[in-house]
Amino acid sequence: MQSERKIRVLIAKPGLDSHDRGAKVVARALRDAGMEVIYTGLRQTPEQIVETALQEDVNVIGLSILSGAHKALFPRIMALLKKKGLTDMMVFAGGIIPEEDIPEIKKLGIKEIFGPGTRTKTIIRFVFENVPKRT
Amino acid sequence: MPKTAEIAQGILAGDRRSIARAITIIENNASEARKLIASIYPHTGKAHIIGITGPSGSGKSTLIEKIIREYRRKDKTVGVIAVDPTSPFTGGAFLGDRIRMQELSTDQGVFIRSMATRNYMGGIAKATKDAVKVLDAAGKDIVIVETVGAGQSEVEIIKVAKTTVVICAPGLGDEIQAIKAGIMEIADIFVVNKADRENANKAVMDIQAILQLDNKEKAWKTPVLKTVALTGEGVPQLIEKIEEHRHFLETEIERKRSLGKAEAELIEAIKEKLVSSIIDDLKKEGKFEEFLQKILEKEIDPASAAEKLLHEKLRKTPYEGS
Amino acid sequence: MFEKEKIDEIMKGRERWEKTTLPKWMEQRSERKSEFRNHSDMLTKRICTPEDIKDLEYMRDLGFPGEYPFTRGVHATMFRGRLWTMRLFSGYGAAEQTNQRFKYLLKEGETGLSIAFDYPTITGYDSDHPFARGEVGICGVAVASLKDMETLLDGIPLDKVTTSMTINGPAAMLLAMYVAVGDKQGVPREKLGGTTQNDMLKEYFAQKLCIFPPKPSLKLVTDIIEYCTRHLPKWNPISISGYHIREAGSNAVQELAFTLYDGIAYVESALERGLKVDDFAPRLSFFFASHNNFFEEIAKFRAARRLWAKIMKERFHAKNPRSMWMRMHVQTSGCTLTAQQPLNNIIRVTIQALATVLGGTQSLHTNSFDEALALPSEQAVRVALRTQQIIAHESGAADTIDPLAGSYYVEALTKEMEELAMEYIQKVDDMGGAIEAIEKGFFQKEIADSSYKYQRETDEKKRIIVGVNDYKTREETYPIPILRVDPKVEEEQVTRLQKLKRERDNRKVKEVLEKLHYTAEKDENLMPIIIDAVKAYTTLGEICGVLREIYGEYKELIII
Repeated sequence: MQSERKIRVLIAKPGLDSHDRGAKVVARALRDAGMEVIYTGLRQTPEQIVETALQEDVNVIGLSILSGAHKALFPRIMALLKKKGLTDMMVFAGGIIPEEDIPEIKKLGIKEIFGPGTRTKTIIRFVFENVPKRT
Repeated sequence: MPKTAEIAQGILAGDRRSIARAITIIENNASEARKLIASIYPHTGKAHIIGITGPSGSGKSTLIEKIIREYRRKDKTVGVIAVDPTSPFTGGAFLGDRIRMQELSTDQGVFIRSMATRNYMGGIAKATKDAVKVLDAAGKDIVIVETVGAGQSEVEIIKVAKTTVVICAPGLGDEIQAIKAGIMEIADIFVVNKADRENANKAVMDIQAILQLDNKEKAWKTPVLKTVALTGEGVPQLIEKIEEHRHFLETEIERKRSLGKAEAELIEAIKEKLVSSIIDDLKKEGKFEEFLQKILEKEIDPASAAEKLLHEKLRKTPYEGS
Repeated sequence: MFEKEKIDEIMKGRERWEKTTLPKWMEQRSERKSEFRNHSDMLTKRICTPEDIKDLEYMRDLGFPGEYPFTRGVHATMFRGRLWTMRLFSGYGAAEQTNQRFKYLLKEGETGLSIAFDYPTITGYDSDHPFARGEVGICGVAVASLKDMETLLDGIPLDKVTTSMTINGPAAMLLAMYVAVGDKQGVPREKLGGTTQNDMLKEYFAQKLCIFPPKPSLKLVTDIIEYCTRHLPKWNPISISGYHIREAGSNAVQELAFTLYDGIAYVESALERGLKVDDFAPRLSFFFASHNNFFEEIAKFRAARRLWAKIMKERFHAKNPRSMWMRMHVQTSGCTLTAQQPLNNIIRVTIQALATVLGGTQSLHTNSFDEALALPSEQAVRVALRTQQIIAHESGAADTIDPLAGSYYVEALTKEMEELAMEYIQKVDDMGGAIEAIEKGFFQKEIADSSYKYQRETDEKKRIIVGVNDYKTREETYPIPILRVDPKVEEEQVTRLQKLKRERDNRKVKEVLEKLHYTAEKDENLMPIIIDAVKAYTTLGEICGVLREIYGEYKELIII
């Protein structure tokens, strides 16, 4: 008997930002929606995040950042994912990210940004609808 | 999506992406998994597989991180499989064990993978055994399997590991738990972590006393070690003990045990294949559905239904047991 | 306080009202909800009467301001004598920019400084460390050495202005720098006034800015308490905080209970060090949040004062009344601010600030309306300051002491919160204390569960957040200018730092770091050697580096 395919999600907090309330709520909500959630805790470098995504072979990566350092950290993460050939993983982000920064971030390949006040249902639905299909 | 054959090649070359992909296949796709394992099986058997179990709060993950570092100091490569329970209600899982090991994630000599039990009982995931084989074939010297540590039924680990280490911490009430749970019997090495606590020595003595009774019959006398995971104290001695056990396993007595293990694995595999093919057939013939309805309508009880189905099935097969 | 017959009369009256008048109204229109609950999930009654406070005894439970049990206030004249300190948490970019912001706020009427440091600084890394890339000056001011602190406080008279520093892991280093600047200005150390947050316990389960593991962290906290008790009598060595606990997702009762428990742990630690309770307790200070539920927050502040006074008197046998004072700073709750329709936040902050004033705080920070988007702009921070000034001078709320005392509802709520907090305190006692509870993940689980519950209630619209899950508007009609930190700031800071490292007396630095290593291993109070180190222009990262080697680094316990 085969076990059902599960969606594996990495929830990561890049940089020194220590506000993890949102990341933990999202991790818990995704788990309650039936996904396997890997949460790597605070203070992850771009290298650690990408290496974890590779080893865990996740389908989705969620980046949470409230410190304003997204401008420096997101490009590094997306470049590393490309370098390691992990472009088939869907990436979304959340936290305190000003609206003006969003177009640039999406150009990097991050699919959606969820700001403060987003319902967890919205994020769950988004992941279900946008998880890349694997053969 | 690369083909299974390519992935197998990648594993043997130690390519990390291939290892990761392979474990996913093993979790999700039984037929592809069988092909994969078939191609890499001849290359397994070199790694030393260490199972580590214990209740939460025992400092398991912190200790494992120190163990990995110690092996890395000796220039050994390490694979880790960290297992966490799947929620029976939601089907989801929170895989948080690697947090303690995150600094090691960028060490190219270490590969860490988190797995959810996906409701398989016994403390590991169904796919764990095969995932271990992947890490083994990829050339890892050591493979550590960290299992769900709630106590009672964490005994499946012995089917996967060559050395099983059970960890507890003083004052958690574990000593009693361990006795109740039968976990004492599976331990090749017992570790009392947080040994800097006051009641540590008492815990060691209590456990030694219980083990003494078992140890009389056994060829390998399970030792009780002390560690302080936070500082790394006791870890080199633990590694030494694991190596000692590894040598012990190469003796005649242990080869017999390995034979027993292999036999058990083969029988299990046959059972699974047999059962799943019979059920597949019954479903194809529509008999399965038929009897399912009868059970729901209380016309027949499940045990009698099974008897009827098997009686018919087995009579029709060439393997006529008497 | 009430005669039994009167209570009976009222009870009968209420029962009659519930049987006759009330049903008529309920028939016309049922209540908006089947149950009304506050953030701590306490049932909010339809109406309170003297029945709800029939056991209240004025002298025992309330007393007079400035006297035990201090429910009505720690000072006898409260705001009639002196208004609360209007102290706005600020900092961004490099020291020079923040110095400008400080001067601006002081000019506009702020009465005390409060420094926000950037992430590298609060996690003990220099601005040129690899972890600091992209984070320098972004959400606070970068301070890597005494040089930065000198620039930061340039032109600010430390004998006239008190300063609060939100710093925990590296608190000793930043305090040392402040003392060094005071020395340079010629201010006698006994006159230096201010606060270092220095509350490590809550870092482990709420703010998460930990460097070292719990035991060495507690040792450093106690070093600072001891040093200040002996040498900096006007300095509050610690600000025992509930704000971060609340922001991490706890409810009001948990905020109250866990904060007080941390206080208990610190008192125990100082006593173990050999200090006498009446020597250090008067300088312990507290820091709470002010959240949305107006009356719940007021009750929380009053319960906090009464409960702390009881703990100090009964548990720790303090004799000096000042040891029983709970002096608090409050910040309006950041997590209640919305990115949608930011101007609404002005109203939220006003309500929260008013609750704080009616709750009797000593010091208040009001958030700016744009803080769910970025660090506050000048315009926004001015409005935040004006909010306090308008409450102080136009509303009359500051003209009488503890005006809500005697309210059937508020007194009942105060008592209930006190009792619920006591239950938690007992629980943690039974567990073996704060560090045990942290290692077991107790606080973390409580907070994670409250936080998840809050989110679910919001998702299901059981809790309405105006502009977010109801009363939404498509477009923002009022454009908000967002504060941006110039990326050049990081470059310049790194250059400055590297220049400093070249030009200082590096032999002296090496010497003092060796001495630090030696002193830390001997387990002595580290403040004196750290002051020497900062005066030699040793950097924050270098000092923390030595301590990391000795104490190790902390790995968090994750509970979702």
